[in-house]
Amino acid sequence: MADVPSDAPQHCPGTSSEQAGKTSACQGCPNQSLCASGAAKAPDPAIEEIKVKLATVKHKIVVLSGKGGVGKSTFSANLAHALASDASTEVALLDVDICGPSVPKIMGVEGEQVHQSGSGWSPVYVEDNLAVMSIGFLLGSPDDAVIWRGPKKNGMIKQFLRDVDWGELDYLIVDTPPGTSDEHLSVVQYLSAARIDGAVIITTPQEVSLQDVRKEIRFCQKVNLPVIGVVENMSGFECPKCKNTSQIFPPTTGGAERMCEELGLPLLGKVPLDPRIGKNCDEGKSFLSEVPDSAAALAYQDAHFASRTVNTRINVLFITDQNSVHVYFIILWSLQDLLKNNVA
Amino acid sequence: AAASVGILDVDLCGPSIPRMLRVCRPEVHQCEAGWVPVYTDQQQNLALMSIGFLLEDPDEAVVWRGPKKTALIGQFVRDVAWGELDILLVDTPPGTSDEHLAVVENLRKHKIDGAVLVTTPQAVSTGDVRREITFCKKTGVQILGLIENMSGFVCPHCSECSNIFSKGGGEELAKLTGSEFLGSVPLDPLLTHSLEEGSNFLQAFPESATFSAINNIAQKLLLHMKDG
Repeated sequence: MADVPSDAPQHCPGTSSEQAGKTSACQGCPNQSLCASGAAKAPDPAIEEIKVKLATVKHKIVVLSGKGGVGKSTFSANLAHALASDASTEVALLDVDICGPSVPKIMGVEGEQVHQSGSGWSPVYVEDNLAVMSIGFLLGSPDDAVIWRGPKKNGMIKQFLRDVDWGELDYLIVDTPPGTSDEHLSVVQYLSAARIDGAVIITTPQEVSLQDVRKEIRFCQKVNLPVIGVVENMSGFECPKCKNTSQIFPPTTGGAERMCEELGLPLLGKVPLDPRIGKNCDEGKSFLSEVPDSAAALAYQDAHFASRTVNTRINVLFITDQNSVHVYFIILWSLQDLLKNNVA
Repeated sequence: AAASVGILDVDLCGPSIPRMLRVCRPEVHQCEAGWVPVYTDQQQNLALMSIGFLLEDPDEAVVWRGPKKTALIGQFVRDVAWGELDILLVDTPPGTSDEHLAVVENLRKHKIDGAVLVTTPQAVSTGDVRREITFCKKTGVQILGLIENMSGFVCPHCSECSNIFSKGGGEELAKLTGSEFLGSVPLDPLLTHSLEEGSNFLQAFPESATFSAINNIAQKLLLHMKDG
């Protein structure tokens, strides 16, 4: 990390960190008062460099959740596939989950290598128009652990944004780990001069999840990141045998629907639990490849209707449907429309 | 005699345990020995410390970088007056980063019996848990075993079992990495409902398959700690 001096104490947060001079690790460091006064904290030149580098990227979306295991990476991957299903649209998926990089597996490109050229690192291409970057590609073995503290993770994220040769993109989707910490702050900080369209927030219906999602929404407010909408995953399960629906993750406090109503945020959709979604992730396939043409066409029509109602300022928009494929399409196409029309 | 247990919740960004144990809004008091943990029961057999108790507004986001998280976890270990405990359980967020290093570094001098790793059956989940296993090996934390959570769903209406998050990944991972497989816990709306309300599932549903699953795992772990 460039801003951790070689003679810094252990756990130095970095001279350009917000915590410079203020952490317990700083006690006794000869530069403590210098750092605490902010004098060492010049704006990181990488921010401007990233702005220039990403000038060829039309839309940037960050996918967030407060809680782990709600289906964030699954959604990011399916969103990337959906957007790239139009061959003339250039899409990239950036995985900044440094400790748990699932994106390569979900996109079916585990084990691929990243190459360096004069213009930077080249991402891995899943399709001609769909690129992926993840620390997963830099690890030698599936057992390798990335045991890094915040500053080192931040350095990696900076490199991903500044040094990857993304080229011209219509959409850059950034998949994050759960939480409101280094990775999230760094993404927002390094993209502060480039423009982020906004965040899509993923949750599951139960209060234990919503509790953390509200914090994520507060985070977005704190850092002025617009929330494009919320997706509720794992929203009920229809038994394939008797067709009864069970609320495995019960919306005891009204689920994402009530939360979105209270906070004035669009609910993009409620995706039911569907074993096919998880299976496709494990196999590195697009969930959309499961879809027969007829269901897709129907969903597409619904999505256009849905996005038109969002444009006329009906804040709470939801479609409940036990057909998860149908719902997924609606959400994904709605989102695409929202981004195209720059509603966020 | 009931064991006295403490839970240290070091998920600073997403502290869920207070709600799950129905202790949402107490204050944390100081005593001579340090911070008094929050007791979840009259008999004071189960104590909890979480950042959840230190937030004025429950929706407040803890937007901290690593060093600040590390410092608070150090305080939780040093300054909480746990008293005499049979077992201290530390719940962590996903990952292999600041929180995990802070826990290991601060507890090392007090002897860590080991780690229990939780996965779901899917390859996407076991893929990350493999890295967590490496973390344990690298930091010298013994692996007490692996648990497969969300392991199938039995429909309450017709008893059909659906493998919503796939099947068998936990056991495979245990075999692959030479760790002990402690057991599987099914998806159970009664359990998730209890957690939502902070009610004691084990007390309310002692006849359930989920109870047996959790109980068997607990018994295996208690045996480990007796031997260890």
